[in-house]
Amino acid sequence: MNLHEYQARDLLKKYNINFPVGEIGITPQEIFDISKKLGGEVVVKAQIHSGGRGKAGGVKLCSNPIEAKNFANNLLGKKIVTNQTDSEGVIVEKLLVTKKTIISREIYLSIVIDPDFESPVLIASSEGGTEIEKMAEETPDKITKIPFDPVLGAKPYELRKLISKLEIPKDSARDFNLLVNNLYRAFIETDSTLIEINPLIIDDNEKIVPLDCKINLDDDSYFRQKELFSLRDKNQENPIETRAKDFDLAYVKLDKGNVGCLVNGAGLAMATMDVTTKSGCFPANFLDVGGSTDKEKIKEAFRILVSDENVEYLLINLFAGIARADLIAKGVVEAAEETSFKLPIIVSMRGTNSEEGFDILNNSKLNIHIAKDLGHAASLLSEINKANK
Amino acid sequence: MILDSNTKVLIQGLGKDGSFQAQKAIEYGTNIVACVHPNKKGLLFENKIPYFETAKDAVKKTRANVGVIYVPAPFAMDAIIEQVDANLELIVCITEGIPVHDMIKVKNYMKGKKSRLIGPNCPGIIAPNLKIKIGIIPGNICKEGDVGLVSRSGTLTYEAISQIGEAGFGQSLCIGIGGDPIHGTSFIDALSYFEQDKNTKSIVLIGEIGGTKEQQAAEYIKTHISKPIVFTIAGTTAPKGKRMGHAGAVISGRMGLASEKIKALKEAGAHHSDDPSKIGETLKNIF
Repeated sequence: MNLHEYQARDLLKKYNINFPVGEIGITPQEIFDISKKLGGEVVVKAQIHSGGRGKAGGVKLCSNPIEAKNFANNLLGKKIVTNQTDSEGVIVEKLLVTKKTIISREIYLSIVIDPDFESPVLIASSEGGTEIEKMAEETPDKITKIPFDPVLGAKPYELRKLISKLEIPKDSARDFNLLVNNLYRAFIETDSTLIEINPLIIDDNEKIVPLDCKINLDDDSYFRQKELFSLRDKNQENPIETRAKDFDLAYVKLDKGNVGCLVNGAGLAMATMDVTTKSGCFPANFLDVGGSTDKEKIKEAFRILVSDENVEYLLINLFAGIARADLIAKGVVEAAEETSFKLPIIVSMRGTNSEEGFDILNNSKLNIHIAKDLGHAASLLSEINKANK
Repeated sequence: MILDSNTKVLIQGLGKDGSFQAQKAIEYGTNIVACVHPNKKGLLFENKIPYFETAKDAVKKTRANVGVIYVPAPFAMDAIIEQVDANLELIVCITEGIPVHDMIKVKNYMKGKKSRLIGPNCPGIIAPNLKIKIGIIPGNICKEGDVGLVSRSGTLTYEAISQIGEAGFGQSLCIGIGGDPIHGTSFIDALSYFEQDKNTKSIVLIGEIGGTKEQQAAEYIKTHISKPIVFTIAGTTAPKGKRMGHAGAVISGRMGLASEKIKALKEAGAHHSDDPSKIGETLKNIF
């Protein structure tokens, strides 16, 4: 789960990490008032779950409260499309107004979990302010990675070396050490998978100041981080993805696909998408209905798929191990009748009780095309699609 | 890996799914000798397999050498640590959804210990020639044979097993290493085993988007593997930055792309099945 910048600032404040003074507002008038209170010269930032918002027009340096208000007027309630969102973009409902800071230099700092080190690592670069992806492509030599030891944390000698590489002013070295250690403590205690401070700036007084931050939490830690997960902003998510999540379905909407895919298992769901593309169609979604699947869950999955207007065909691919194919088939038939679904459904179903499952489908009034395996499903899809065009 | 005729299995986590899978494993021929549950000491599972309070007690009384875990995610870390402390040679953790911070602790704890971990978030392992099944891979789709299979996926592994069978082959050992970013046994561990295993003649590797483990496997293959390898990478059509079900299946950098993994493995001499429905066919074509 992603936190908003303002939520991340509040959270990190508890770890003695302080950002420039700022407040959140949800109306142009509030933005005006906050700007006035902060002395007029402010930075107004859209609170969205996406990077790249600066380039997309979501951040503005305003020299007076009226400018801030006008900016808010143009932005609040609108959607922003960044290079990281889908083509629909995400809605702006809150703006963060912070006091302007004088930037003399920008540094990149983050903690992520590195599967190679099998531990959290600190990533730093003297070229802050841009996306880490871009830095990795353009200035890889400037990036330093320091793994945290589970007992020692960040080793002081490695931090010393980093401080000198980043050219942190001498008087701020101690602050930098504290910042890293506090970030690490926050990272561990909040079950984060990413805490990013980008940029961390050196201001006109040679002090280090964190300016922007991003936190991602591990979804699997929900059971012990309920308080943090209550900060979830569903309005930033694709509404269908949210609905799927509530039913414990792993669903990802894809742009412009015409084949709704219903699959059990993540790997098989990806493979099904890949095969669909080879057949000349495009997958409309990734959907993993999981292992121990019950009928109600399948019905909801079906409703979600058919709610996508671009869907012309359904492709159901199941390899039932724990799951039972007959129950899944029942769910499909009931949901299809309920939604009066008439479009072609291509089904490949193997494993536990698949014969019974086929009987149920064949005895229904649905437009069913039975495939013996994944490859056959793809060729059926291709034939039906050609006949349709 | 250590499956042989002396393999004795201990099960921890016997809820609905765990019990169902335990029965299936027994039916397949697996020698299950003990169950572990803190409150069921002295009772019997299915009227024949004794419950023990701890994994240590179970190992002491039954000489179990392999453990399998179906314990729910919030308690799975503790179960793995308990089995490591009980000195089990192999621990297979099926549980999905373990917090990644817990897995960091587990991996750190296991350094220098003798146990090997497979998983978590995996379907387990199955050895058709030995009739041993540890985990949830359906036994009826496997055939005796000489293809070693290693995969990050669950049901896509079944798909591959079924294709291998239809192409006229069988499996020596199938290993599901799991879909989590931090896991026990890696592709490299599995490849190294298959290279040495006399009963394995060829290898099928199923990777997916996210991370760099496939590239590391490719580097290893160049210098260590002489047996033919067929591979496929799931997620060529997956968008960037979205978690595709598995916690590890997120493209967060260029290296996480399917195309990068395919390139690396091809350069290492592995045979690419560019269509995941043609794994069996690709295998057939190299012989």
